[in-house]
Formats: sequence, structure tokens, C-alpha cells
Amino acid sequence: MSGEVSAEILTTHLLDLASKGKRLDGRGIDEYRPIRIEPGFAANADGSAFVHLGDTKVLCGVKLELGKPFPDTPNAGVLTTNAELIPLSSPVFEPGPPTTTAIETSRVVDRAIRAAETIDLTQLCVTPGEKSWVCYVDVHVLDHSGNLIDAALLSAVAALSHATLPRKRFGVAETDIPLEVVHRPIECTFVRLGDAILVDPTFDEEKAAQGRITVATDETGRIVAMQKGLVGAFSPEDIKEVVERAFQHGDRMRALAQGMTP
Amino acid sequence: MGSVGAKDVPILMTPDGRRIDGRRWDELRPIHIVAGPLRQADGSAFVEWGANKVMAAVYGPREVHPRHLQENHRAIVQCRYNMAAFSVDERKRPGLDRRSQEISKVIAEAFDSVVFAEEFPRTSIDVYIEVLQANAGTRCAGVVAASVALADAGIPMVDLLPAVAVGKVAGEIVLDLKKEEDNFGEADLPMAMVPQSGRMVLLQMEGHMTREELSKALDLGVKGCRDVHEKMKEALRTRYTTTDAGAEA
Repeated sequence: MSGEVSAEILTTHLLDLASKGKRLDGRGIDEYRPIRIEPGFAANADGSAFVHLGDTKVLCGVKLELGKPFPDTPNAGVLTTNAELIPLSSPVFEPGPPTTTAIETSRVVDRAIRAAETIDLTQLCVTPGEKSWVCYVDVHVLDHSGNLIDAALLSAVAALSHATLPRKRFGVAETDIPLEVVHRPIECTFVRLGDAILVDPTFDEEKAAQGRITVATDETGRIVAMQKGLVGAFSPEDIKEVVERAFQHGDRMRALAQGMTP
Repeated sequence: MGSVGAKDVPILMTPDGRRIDGRRWDELRPIHIVAGPLRQADGSAFVEWGANKVMAAVYGPREVHPRHLQENHRAIVQCRYNMAAFSVDERKRPGLDRRSQEISKVIAEAFDSVVFAEEFPRTSIDVYIEVLQANAGTRCAGVVAASVALADAGIPMVDLLPAVAVGKVAGEIVLDLKKEEDNFGEADLPMAMVPQSGRMVLLQMEGHMTREELSKALDLGVKGCRDVHEKMKEALRTRYTTTDAGAEA
């Protein structure tokens, strides 16, 4: 009960701040929290990246295994993305089967990776119809302080950018080679607070939000995925605005994912 | 890390008593503990132990979920030990398998033996352990991480709970098995000890040992736990005696 009252007070405060172009942590409306990426964090993965987005922490591990292509795509490998919203990462997550939030996060991230053709799946084919690589992208959320979608995709793209095809381990060839990443999608998430549209929401801002919208862009100028979430609405003008902002943030974050300083 | 084929057994002990990574029989792998790295949890700890990487978080005392587990005169301790899909050589399907469920149970019981549960009736103390990179001894690293996380959360306890595994490799009793030693060794004996009393609150064993060997293994385990205990205290001192930069928000 008291939790609801304090949430209400906080919401009012966040709305009030947003109306003046301010945020609780002192950021500007269009400013991300500091981003830090540690590639190669999980040595048993074929590629991995630990992403710090402010206090939000996610770890992505990529594993590649030999499997069978799907019958309808005999010349392509398989790619699956999964995000685990484990109870370690937040007081609001409970043990048990994945919640709709976890499923939405996984699918929004998966969609961006797939639609952007991040990996050329035909490249993962070893013997058509028989043998192909199966690429598992597992995102492990460790500290949920808001904006899991952006952090999760960033960790996935960074992990894929540093991944190796373990050809030796599976006896396919004598040497391992880097996994080739063709495109690098980046998702930027915004929330509405009153008339203001804030990028990279914190946990509290997400709770207070009157609508959330995610835009995935790639380096060629394509919009590759979108998702409107939470209760709330965005006008076509709002949507065009956030797309422009997503492209601007995207370039900087893409450079970070590749391990370059933007 | 390349996978180890079951056929080629590596040399686990050299004639002059060096183990596969150069350690002596009674040496631990390097251990690094960070207390309080997570923001959302009430208490947390990250442990790097050899090539293991384990994160632990504690929530509570808080409302019991599911409700029917609630006890009127004391808190309950719940534990979830989980391995990330990418933490091992062969990708593990996400979620708790039977091994993880068993480990979760014995760890919960170990902590239930040291926390002052009667001080928090009708609540739950939830301990979460996530193995991010595994190289044998993850349950011990998990207990150590969780114990520091419990202290970081301010849960009153009899004592910290250091843990270590002792094993038998190439006929010798050795401290703190790494992966190859675990895979090809003859016995594995993980334990967690209350330093004050020297008593074990977690103990498992698999393999073959004689009575003499077991006795030696227990002595070695006690010594190993004492060393791990020092590292745990050091991590908490670092967290709470330096600047107030990382203090509770």
C-alpha cells in the first residue's frame, strides 16, 4: 500500500521534472546513461559482452553448435535469441516460467537481429539440408535498472561482433574463424512523460511512463524493427521524431558495440 | 576454452607434485570477491574463483512467495542456483535442471543453519546465485558469493559461510579442484563451514575415498575454508571501510 503511494508521488515528481526538460538523475531528455561494454566476459561462450547502461547490467553469451537446418530453409543456419529476466536482477521478478515482459523483451531483441540480417544465415549452412550452425544468443539480465531492451540488443550485437565459429571443437575445420557480422542493429527506447519524450528510461521512469516506444535502426539507414509498449499513445509526429533521434544515438552505440570509440 | 575429450586423460599430477595448473596439493586457485556490485538487490556479491564467475543477490527479509511456505515464528530461506546457458562448454538449456534444484536445496539449508531466522517471522530471505562462467566448484563459489551478499544485505548471521571442494586426483587428496581434475579425478567433496564452530553446514561427496583419505580431506577442507573466510572478510572491509561512494542508495 505505502509502495503505491510513494510510486504515485514519484510519478508526479517525474512528470513535473519532465515538463521542465529535466530528469531525476540530472540527464537531459535526449541523453543516454553512461555505456560501458566488456567484450569476452564469459570465456566459455563463443562470444560474449557485459553491458553496463547506467546501473542496468546485462551479460550476453553466444554459443554455436552444429545442428540440422529447418526443412523449409535447408540452406540456412538457425539463430535463436532468448532473454532471461532472472529473479536475481530485480525485486519485481519472481522465479517461474517467463513472464510476458520477458517474452516481449526476447522477441523485440530477436526481431531486430533477424530483420537487420545481422548474421547471414546462409553462411551458417555447412551441408544443405543436413548440417548447419545453430547460433544461440542468450541474454542474462543481472541488474534491472530500466531499459532492458536497448541494453539487451547492445550486448547481443557486441557479443556477436566478438564471436568465433568454433570449427575446431566440432571437427569441421582445422581453424576457428570470426563469426561474420553483416549488419549491426541498435534499438533506442523512449518513454512519454506528459509532453516530453525521454530516451533510455530508468526503472522509475518506465513505471511512470505513459507509453514506451522502441526503434531499431541499422548502419545503412534502415529502420528494422519497432515496438510500442505500455499503456499510452504516440502521434505520427512523435514517431517521426523518435526515429530521427534513434538514428542519431544508433551510430554512437554501434561504434561502442564494435569496440571502437565513437 | 576447448572441450576436453573423454578419451584423452590429461596428466593431473607431475612426479614432483605439481597439478595441471602448477598448484601444490593444498593450494587454492586465485579468488577475487567484490561485495555489493548490484543496485536492485538488497545485497550482492561477485566472485571470480579461478575460471569461475558467479554473481549472487539477496532479497529480503520480504513477503513470502508462494504464501503457503510462510512460517509464523521464523523467516524461511529460499535459494535459486542457476547456470547461464553459455556458462559451460555445451550450451545448457535455460532454467533449473535436477542438479540445479538439488544444489539450490542444500545451499538454502546451509544458510538456514546460520541466519537468525527467528528475528524475521513470516518473511522470506531469497538467495539467488547465477553461474556465469563455470570451471568446477561453482556451488562453493556460489555459497561464498551468497554469504557475502547476505552480509551486504545486513542479514544477521552466526558467521560468514566459506566453502571449498576437496578432491582426490591421481591418488592424492587435493584442495579446490579445477575442471580437468573434477572430470578425471577420483573424488569430489564440496563443503561449507561455519568458521566459529568449525562445523559443516553443507557437505556432499561423490567418488571413492578410504577413511584415512576422508579424514585428510576434511582437515584440508577446514584449512581451505579458513583461507576463503579471510578473502570474504577482506571483500566486506573493502566495501564498507573505503569511501562512501558505493554506499546504499
